[in-house]
Amino acid sequence: MAELMQFVLSGLTVGAVYALVALGFTIIYNASDVVNFAQGEFVMLGGMITVFANMAGLPIPLAALTAIVVTAVAGVALNKLAIEPARGAPVVSLIIITIGASIFMRGLAQVVFDKQLHRFPAFTGDTPIMIMGATILPQALWVLFGALVVFAGLWAFFTRTLTGKAVLATSNNRLAAQLVGINTNWVMTMSFALSAGIGALAGVLVTPITNTSYDVGIALALKGFAAAMLGGMGNPIGALVGGLLLGLIEALTAGYISSVYKDAAAFVVILLVLFFMPRGIFGKSSTDRV
Amino acid sequence: MVTKRVTLLILAILVIASPFFFPSSFYYRIGSLIFVNGLAVTGLVILIGYAGQISLGHAGFAGIGGYSCALLPAHLGLHPGIAAIVGAILSGAIAWLVGRPILRLKGHYLAIATLGFGILVSMVLANEAWLTKGPDGIEVPDLGLKDVLELVGLDLSNSQFWYWFSGIAFVIGAWVALNLYDSPSGRALRALHGSEIAARTVGIDVARLKLQAFVISAVYASLAGSLLALQNKFITPDVAGFMHSIEWVTMAVLGGAGSVLGAFFGAAILTTLPQVLTVFQEYEQILLGLVMMLCMIFMRDGLLPSVLRLIRGKDK
Repeated sequence: MAELMQFVLSGLTVGAVYALVALGFTIIYNASDVVNFAQGEFVMLGGMITVFANMAGLPIPLAALTAIVVTAVAGVALNKLAIEPARGAPVVSLIIITIGASIFMRGLAQVVFDKQLHRFPAFTGDTPIMIMGATILPQALWVLFGALVVFAGLWAFFTRTLTGKAVLATSNNRLAAQLVGINTNWVMTMSFALSAGIGALAGVLVTPITNTSYDVGIALALKGFAAAMLGGMGNPIGALVGGLLLGLIEALTAGYISSVYKDAAAFVVILLVLFFMPRGIFGKSSTDRV
Repeated sequence: MVTKRVTLLILAILVIASPFFFPSSFYYRIGSLIFVNGLAVTGLVILIGYAGQISLGHAGFAGIGGYSCALLPAHLGLHPGIAAIVGAILSGAIAWLVGRPILRLKGHYLAIATLGFGILVSMVLANEAWLTKGPDGIEVPDLGLKDVLELVGLDLSNSQFWYWFSGIAFVIGAWVALNLYDSPSGRALRALHGSEIAARTVGIDVARLKLQAFVISAVYASLAGSLLALQNKFITPDVAGFMHSIEWVTMAVLGGAGSVLGAFFGAAILTTLPQVLTVFQEYEQILLGLVMMLCMIFMRDGLLPSVLRLIRGKDK
């Protein structure tokens, strides 16, 4: 029992990070129909900038804030310089652009920072907490808490504010949104900033547990993409559930079946889910207009 | 577009004439890499360019083809050449099995499913060390054809031999793909690219054709993987990795996914680029990412269609 609890706790922690990355995917996908493979690099930037700002003398909270703001600016730049000029390009071209962007950011991080593994101290110490015979790091609670706050914040933003509703309107029908006076370009800018900021926050929260380096982004992007697809692309609840589910599946596979195949489990599950539910768990069925 | 005969002529001239401009034997090696990539990318042209389906996992089939050349000779005593053919059949069979459920998916869902398939293959290759010797890779036996040629008086260096061998393989692959383009199947594939529903209404068996294109392109990728393994005499699980799949898709789209000639130029540019970029050392990745983004932004139909349009001076 304690063993199972342990796997569930570590699965939820990892899953919360996947969920944050998947939320970032979802926001950009909703605003622009682009699957942003550079999403993982935002997580990397969040962690790395915090580390280096901290080494330069800034206290951790200020360094983290700097990291989130700088990453959000990077997200906006990505939109303005690479996504907007390519509007209307085929899906494959857009995928290649964002993968190009992710290679670019990784290369930049390697030159500006370095190739070493880095971490900074956990927010509230490293003394494990006992829950039902299993242990959890205080920092893992921060990660879970962070994911919940982001999710609640996004929910309030999309359902309770005019700006959030403008984003939803844009994702439903761009032209119609423009006709009722929504500045869809601004919605795009904001979506990229928000998505990058959330990615950076995930990086800040998880770095004390997993460490970070210039090349952690690509694996996270793949897992986050998988989580978003598992839940059903474009659905924030799907992203949250998909992320947590993916984390749990990985942890349970690693615990009970084989630790080398924990990454495989995620993709086996996705293939199976897509065989039976071609639009993900929470995806709505759609009809094509001919 | 450029016609079939002209395309084949251009490719044949490029294969035959290029060595006259090679300053050193190192260029034979680059040339043969271009042809190997060109072969795999030609397969993707059939899948992406003709049929309009996406795959982010085709390197998985290259892994199957490559490891067939390493494992079948070692365990079953097969000749490496036969092993490559068995690998291609195996890849085709796996593509047929996997493709049936996967190809019902569209767009990003198809992308993640194929991506997942490719990653699973590379993971099995890396983790089943008892069979594949794990992430460090495994040796591949010699094809032996070079020695036969030597007996009949054709004395080629190793890189020269593989240049000509891959070059011929690539031109044959291009010839098959070009024939397919004008065949009834090819026309049907292009019809479903335009509109799947319209294609279905005129009686095209959409599911069967998509599967056909997927299987054919898998065989291309598998043969490319075998060629790579045989000429390197070594193979690692990286050959099946995600970045390798992306590399091939980028080559296909960069050149202009609709044409075989475009596939060749895409392969040529992206194979040579990293060699050139090594000069910039640590800035290599920055430049590679930048080139990928700029090409797709400014030439979204690919290099060849954009250039052709410029020459003809038409807007579309």
